[in-house]
Amino acid sequence: MDKREYKYIGKSPDRSEGLEKVTGRAVYVHDMELPGMLYAKALHSPFARAKIISIDTSAARALPGVKAVLTGEDAPYLVGLYMIDKRIIAKDIVRYQGEVVAAVAATDERIAEEAVSLIKVEYEILPSVQTIDEALEAKILVHEDINDLEYMKGVFFPQKDSNIASWNKTVRGDVEKAFEESYLVVENEMYLPAAAHTPLETHAAIAQADPYSDKLKIWSSAQSPFAVRQLMAKSFGIAEADIQVIIPYVGGGFGGKAGIHLEPLAALLSRACKGRPVKYAATREEEFNQLPTRAAMRGRIKTGVTKDGKIIALKVYYDWDSGAYADYGVNVGRTAIYSGAGAYEIPNVEIHSRTLYTNKVFSTAYRGFGHLETHWVIERQMDIVAQKLGMDPYEFRMKNILGPGKTTVSGEVITESTGSPSDCLKAVAEEINWTGYQREEEREIQKKRGKVRGKGLALLHKAPAMPAFTSTASIMQIDGDGKVKVMIGAIDIGQGANTVIRQMAAEVLDIPLENIEVVWESDTQKNPYDWQTVASKLTFMGGNAVIKAAEDMIRQMKEVAAQVFRCDASKLTHGDGYIYHVHHPHKRLSYGSLARGYSYENGNAIGGVIIGRGTYIADGLTNLDKDTGQGLPALVWTYGAHGVDLEVDLETGDVHILKVASAFDVGRVINKKLTEGQIMGGVLQGIGSALSEGLKFNAEGKLLNPTFTDYKIPTAKDMPDEIVPILIENPQADGPFGARGVGEHPMISIPSAIGNALYDALGINFYKLPLNPENIALEIAGTQAP
Amino acid sequence: MCEHDAKANCFEYIDSQMPRVPLDLVVNGERVHEMIDPAMTLLDFLRVTLKLFGTKEGCREGECGACTLIMNGRPVTSCLILAVEAQGAEILTVEGLSKDGELSILQEEFIREDGLQCGFCTPGMLMSARALLDRNPNPTADEVKEAIAGNLCRCTGYKSIIDAILSAAKREREALRNG
Ligand code: FES
Ligand code: FES
Repeated sequence: MDKREYKYIGKSPDRSEGLEKVTGRAVYVHDMELPGMLYAKALHSPFARAKIISIDTSAARALPGVKAVLTGEDAPYLVGLYMIDKRIIAKDIVRYQGEVVAAVAATDERIAEEAVSLIKVEYEILPSVQTIDEALEAKILVHEDINDLEYMKGVFFPQKDSNIASWNKTVRGDVEKAFEESYLVVENEMYLPAAAHTPLETHAAIAQADPYSDKLKIWSSAQSPFAVRQLMAKSFGIAEADIQVIIPYVGGGFGGKAGIHLEPLAALLSRACKGRPVKYAATREEEFNQLPTRAAMRGRIKTGVTKDGKIIALKVYYDWDSGAYADYGVNVGRTAIYSGAGAYEIPNVEIHSRTLYTNKVFSTAYRGFGHLETHWVIERQMDIVAQKLGMDPYEFRMKNILGPGKTTVSGEVITESTGSPSDCLKAVAEEINWTGYQREEEREIQKKRGKVRGKGLALLHKAPAMPAFTSTASIMQIDGDGKVKVMIGAIDIGQGANTVIRQMAAEVLDIPLENIEVVWESDTQKNPYDWQTVASKLTFMGGNAVIKAAEDMIRQMKEVAAQVFRCDASKLTHGDGYIYHVHHPHKRLSYGSLARGYSYENGNAIGGVIIGRGTYIADGLTNLDKDTGQGLPALVWTYGAHGVDLEVDLETGDVHILKVASAFDVGRVINKKLTEGQIMGGVLQGIGSALSEGLKFNAEGKLLNPTFTDYKIPTAKDMPDEIVPILIENPQADGPFGARGVGEHPMISIPSAIGNALYDALGINFYKLPLNPENIALEIAGTQAP
Repeated sequence: MCEHDAKANCFEYIDSQMPRVPLDLVVNGERVHEMIDPAMTLLDFLRVTLKLFGTKEGCREGECGACTLIMNGRPVTSCLILAVEAQGAEILTVEGLSKDGELSILQEEFIREDGLQCGFCTPGMLMSARALLDRNPNPTADEVKEAIAGNLCRCTGYKSIIDAILSAAKREREALRNG
C-alpha cells in the first residue's frame, strides 16, 4: 500500500459550501424568481392506459391570468435517453397514471391550478399491462410503435412486437452442461417493488425561451446539465449551442434527477408565452406519480455448485417492470448482464436481462442503479445455496470470490489494482463477529424471549454504468494573487464532489485549500463538458481531469519561469505556490507573478494568461457483444461488503438493527469525513429499501401511496444503533491518487445482508422486499401454523 | 387578460381573492407589518411575501419538516399554519440564526460534523435542533432523535446531524458557563 504523505488528500476538510447551506443562503431552483415569471401546473392522466378522445381547454384558457394551455397537439416532440419513446405531453394515448396530458402557465400557482381543474378530457379506458407476465405475454403493447422507435444501437436491443425495451444477455461457457455436472442445483425466484428516490427538493425547472430565435435558457435541479442540453436539442431539432442550462444548488438527486425531466415542458410553455420565464416545480405527489422511480424487478435464479462449494453454473432471468418509458431503465437492465452475477468467478453463465414496458410510472437511475436490485437476488441466493450445502455462507462466498487473476462474467480479468472484495468481506465479518449461522437450538432458546438476534453478510461490486466513450473535463484559471478557480462539468448534488476536487487540485498545485475555489452554479455556457453526474464517476473521472488540468497549469508556468531563469524547464519544480529551481531554490517565482504573463522591470512581458486544461475519457472500454455480453464494460470496480446484526420481534415482526458494518475498497480515501457521510446516508437509504419502501399499485395501475404519509422513508428513529464504516485502501493504478468512486455503493446489498440476517434469526428465507413488519410477521405466523 | 399585467409585479403571488387582512409579527427580530391573503400559509408568507427563501418546502403536507421554523419558542411546520395564526408571534427562521455575520455554534457544528449534504433539509433541521436546545440544553442522543424525527433527510443518514446537535449542545453549555 502506498503510504505517501499528502498534504490535503486523506484529510477531512469541511465541505466548501457548508456556510451557504447552514445560513439559508444557498439558492435552489425552488427559490428562484425571475422578472415576469409564470408558474406551470400539469393535468395528469387518472388512468394507466387510455385513449384521449378529446380535450377541451377553452374554460382554462378563458381564466384571467392564464397565459398558455398546451396539450399533446402543441408538443410534437419525442424525448428519450436511449429509446426515443416519450412525448413531452401525452398525445392520443396515455400510458401511465400520472402522465401529463395538458399543462398550463399562469401568473401564479393557484390560477394555474384552477385552470388545470377546468380542462375537460374525455378518455376511453383501455386494458393495461400491469405485471411482468402480462408484459412478457405481449397481448397488449405499451408502445404499439415499438418496431419504429429510434434507439441507441449496439447497446440496447428492443424486441419486435413486444414490450421488451431491451433484452441484454451474457452467455459464457456451457451452462446447461455445467448444471448436469453439478452436485446441487438451487432455483429461486425473488422480487422487489418499485421505489422512489424522494429527494427532499422535488424536481424543478425554469425555462426562458427567446421569442426571436431558437435560444432557450434553463435553470434546473438536474444532475446532468449537458445531457439536458443534448437531449433537448435533439428533441426540438435545434442546436446544442442554443440551449443554456444552469444548475444552482440541487436538493438531492440519487439518480432521479439524471437525464431530462421537466425542462422540455417548461421550455414549450415559455415559448407559448412569448418568452416569459416559466417555472415548473413538481409537487410531492408529482414527484411520486409523474416523475420516475426505481423499477420493480423479478429475478429467477438457478445456481449449480460442486460438492465442495464451487459455483460452476449460474442462470438468471432479470425482468424489470420498468414502466411506460425506457428512460434510464434499459441501462439499468444492462448493468445486470455484467454485474448481476455478483463479485464471483463463475465459469458457466447465462444472464438475461429484460427491461419491460408496463403501464406504470416509468423508472430511471437510482443510486447504484441495477445493483441493489440484482444483489438482492444474488446475495440472497448465495446464502440459500450455502444453507443447502451445509456450508458457512462466509466460506462459500470466499470460495467463489473475485480477485486478482480471476475473470468476470464479461471476460474481464481482475488485477491487483482492481481492489479486493475479500478484504471487504473479511473486515465486516470480523466487525460483527461472524461465526456462522446459529444452530436451531440457539434460535429456540432465543425465541422464548420473544426476540431473536441474527447476523448476515453480503458482498457487492459495482462499476460505473456508462457508455464506453464517456468523457469529462476541467478548466483551471489562476489570478494575479495566486488564487485558483476550477471549473468542472459535473454537479455537486451534496455528495461533496467539489470539496474532493478542491483537495486534489490543492495537492497537485501545492497551495492551501483556501486558495482554490471550485465554481458552483454549473452553466453549460461556461463550464467544460461532462457526460453526466451519475455512476459515482466524479471522483475518478473528474478527479483525473482536475489533476491533468493542474499539471497542465504547472507545466505552462514552468515554461515561462524557465525563460526568466534561463534554464531548461526540467530543472524547475514547484511547491507552496512557487515555481523554483531544483538546485537554487532561491530562484523562484510565485504562481501569481506568472498568472498573466511575467513582466520584467522594464515592462517587457513574456508568457501569457495561464489556463490549465484537463480532459479524461474512459479509455479501453467496449460495448458488450449482443449475444454473449462479452467485452469491457467497467472503467473501475468498487468492491464492498456489509455485515448486519439485528433483532427481530417475533410478535410484531419489527426489525431493530443493532449494527451495520460496511467496508469498501475505495483505493484511496480523499476525504474521510465526506466518504463516511456517503456511507452513513447510503446505508440508511438501503435500510429504507429493505424494510419499508415500495410503491403500491392497485389492479388498475393507480399508485396508492404517493405521499410521505404512506410511503415511509427512514427517519432519525429508524437508524441502526451503530453503523461502522470501514475504508480499505488498495490503490487503483489509474485512479486519482489511487481513488475509486463510492457514492452509490453503500446502499447496494443492504437489503440482502438484512435478509440473510433474518434467516439467521428466524430460520426463514425471505424472497420479497420490503421486509416490513407485516410481511415478516406473516411469514413467522406461516411457519408456526400446523 | 391578466388584470395584474398592468402592474410590474405580475409574477407575484396572487391571493385567494379574499379581502386582505393585516398581519403584524416579529420575524428574526424585525417587526413586520403586511396586508395579506388570509388563506396564505406561514411558509408562503415567508417565501412569497417576505422573500425569505431559507425556509424550504418539501411536501406542503406537514410530512417532511423542511419548512420547520420556531414560532413563539416552539418548532412548527410552517406549511400547515396559516400566516394569520402567527398574528403577534415571534418567528425565528434559519436566516435569524447567525448574528452580525457570525455563525451560531449550532451552525458551526453542522459544518464541522458535516451534518448536511444537499442542504435542503438543513434549515428545517437547524430549527428543530435550535428549539430542542432552547428547552433542553443537555439532550441525550435519543432526545435528539425524537426532536428531529419529523425532519426527513434523505442524504446524511442522520448520524452526523445528531453528532452536530450534541456537540453544539456541549459547546453552548460551556459558553454559558464561561459567561
Ligand atoms: S413542507 Fe412543511 S412539512 Fe414538508
Ligand atoms: S442533506 Fe439532503 S436531505 Fe438532508
